[in-house]
Amino acid sequence: MFIINCPYCGERDQSEFSNGGEAHVARPKDPEQINDREWSEYVFVRANPKGIYYERWVHTHGCKKWFNAVRNTSTDKILKVYKLGEAPPSIKEFKNTLKSPSGEPEVGSGNFTVKKT
Amino acid sequence: MKKKYSFFSILKNSLSHNENWKKMWRSPEPRKFYDIIIVGGGGHGLGTAYYLAKEHGLKNIAVIEKGWLGGGNTGRNTTIIRSNYLWDESAHLYEHSLKLWENLSSELNYNVMFSQRGVLNLAHNEHDIKEIKRRVSANKLNGIDSYWADPKQIKKLVPIMNTENCRYPVLGASYQPRAGTARHDAVAWGYAMRADEMGVDIIQNCEVKKIRTKNGKVHGVETSKGIIRAKRVGVVASGHTTVLAETAGIKLPLQSKPLQALVSEPIKPVIDTVVMSNAVHAYVSQSDKGELVIGAGTDGYNSFTQRGGYNTIEDTLRAIIELYPIFGKMKMLRQWGGIVDICPDASPIISKCEIEGLYFNCGWGTGGFKATPGSANLFAHTIAKDKPHSINAPFSLERFVSGRLVDEHGAAAVAH
Repeated sequence: MFIINCPYCGERDQSEFSNGGEAHVARPKDPEQINDREWSEYVFVRANPKGIYYERWVHTHGCKKWFNAVRNTSTDKILKVYKLGEAPPSIKEFKNTLKSPSGEPEVGSGNFTVKKT
Repeated sequence: MKKKYSFFSILKNSLSHNENWKKMWRSPEPRKFYDIIIVGGGGHGLGTAYYLAKEHGLKNIAVIEKGWLGGGNTGRNTTIIRSNYLWDESAHLYEHSLKLWENLSSELNYNVMFSQRGVLNLAHNEHDIKEIKRRVSANKLNGIDSYWADPKQIKKLVPIMNTENCRYPVLGASYQPRAGTARHDAVAWGYAMRADEMGVDIIQNCEVKKIRTKNGKVHGVETSKGIIRAKRVGVVASGHTTVLAETAGIKLPLQSKPLQALVSEPIKPVIDTVVMSNAVHAYVSQSDKGELVIGAGTDGYNSFTQRGGYNTIEDTLRAIIELYPIFGKMKMLRQWGGIVDICPDASPIISKCEIEGLYFNCGWGTGGFKATPGSANLFAHTIAKDKPHSINAPFSLERFVSGRLVDEHGAAAVAH
């Protein structure tokens, strides 16, 4: 459970929103020219990173508008929210957000004792 | 040395206050090279190692686990076992598994507490009735014990259920008497112990960070305990499969989401059947300790947090209370989340891939526990023979290119 800062309505509970999966997936320009494997990748394969993830949300129980967000999937912390049509922020902006000052991941499922060795 | 459990061994050990039981498996340091490395020490991974050693006579095998055995989704599910799936491909797969479950305790000489108490899948509307009757008929054609139960029969099986005075009344259900539950930890421990006896190295607290490949062939793995070379690598890492696959340059059609479950305080036996409902999304069974084991749906977003959102369990508990008003004042003891890897067609992948010697067993999504022995058995066959068994051939990675999907969203029971 987390709070999402809708660019139109402000901070609301996540349960008001629906997730739309990976953002910035481009439809192949010339679908007839690509082979089945490439088409299957476009249809079925989506990024699934443990870490920084660019995704779409829609404020279903609110303004019903779509927007994009950058979230760290290992902590569920939303790092940035931006409107559709705006250029995605560079991943470099978020690199240093993945670790706490002591160098460990902030929260999450990481096996800390193992990661120290 | 073979550890045999019997009445006498329990008696003998009780004399020394149960302090002299032998360790169930060794904790060896990893060797430099293995013929086969299995990544992931849950039920599926340990079972794979067991069947590789037992049925295929292979040696020099290691199972590498980043945490402790069965600490991932093997220890985080609601332990329901059934095989009443719609399509022939899935019915054969899950029935293969159910048949192995039926003999597992004696095969491992370790009590996995497999209890065939029956599973009901409820229908709450006209569409559910049609869909479930169709599935029951399909099951019968595949030789699976599946029946249509009307509300009267349901009431007889589960007297505490409120079938009428609710927003979505219960209109019927599919019933599989051979289905049931098992003890999840025991499955992992049983397989681990017997695999260890046959010389499999089980390495815990060792995280695989990278799969190494060379000229289109698998070469080994990089772990937190150094590089380990291997001829063949089988990845059974559930939610983290895509993270590992990416290190070998492989893209898999999987999305990782939190799936939550919770248990209540223990009470006297009130429900001796597993009851699942797709439409209102509530499923419940009672453990041997007396706790109600309740499963929620997946959260609607990708995450690796092993937590999930509160609104998801709230929805489930709302449905539970409507179906079982008697549970209204109970307290919940624990809640947790597991990270499940979901395929676009809600069916698993047990497959080779374009890299020689690299195999994937993933995409079990919300229903992997019931498949543990079958999945392990077929994955071992796929690795040992370098080609799929006829049962898991339809569950290859190729199906996403050919378009021959096995769409089990209907029978998967958990909404996603």
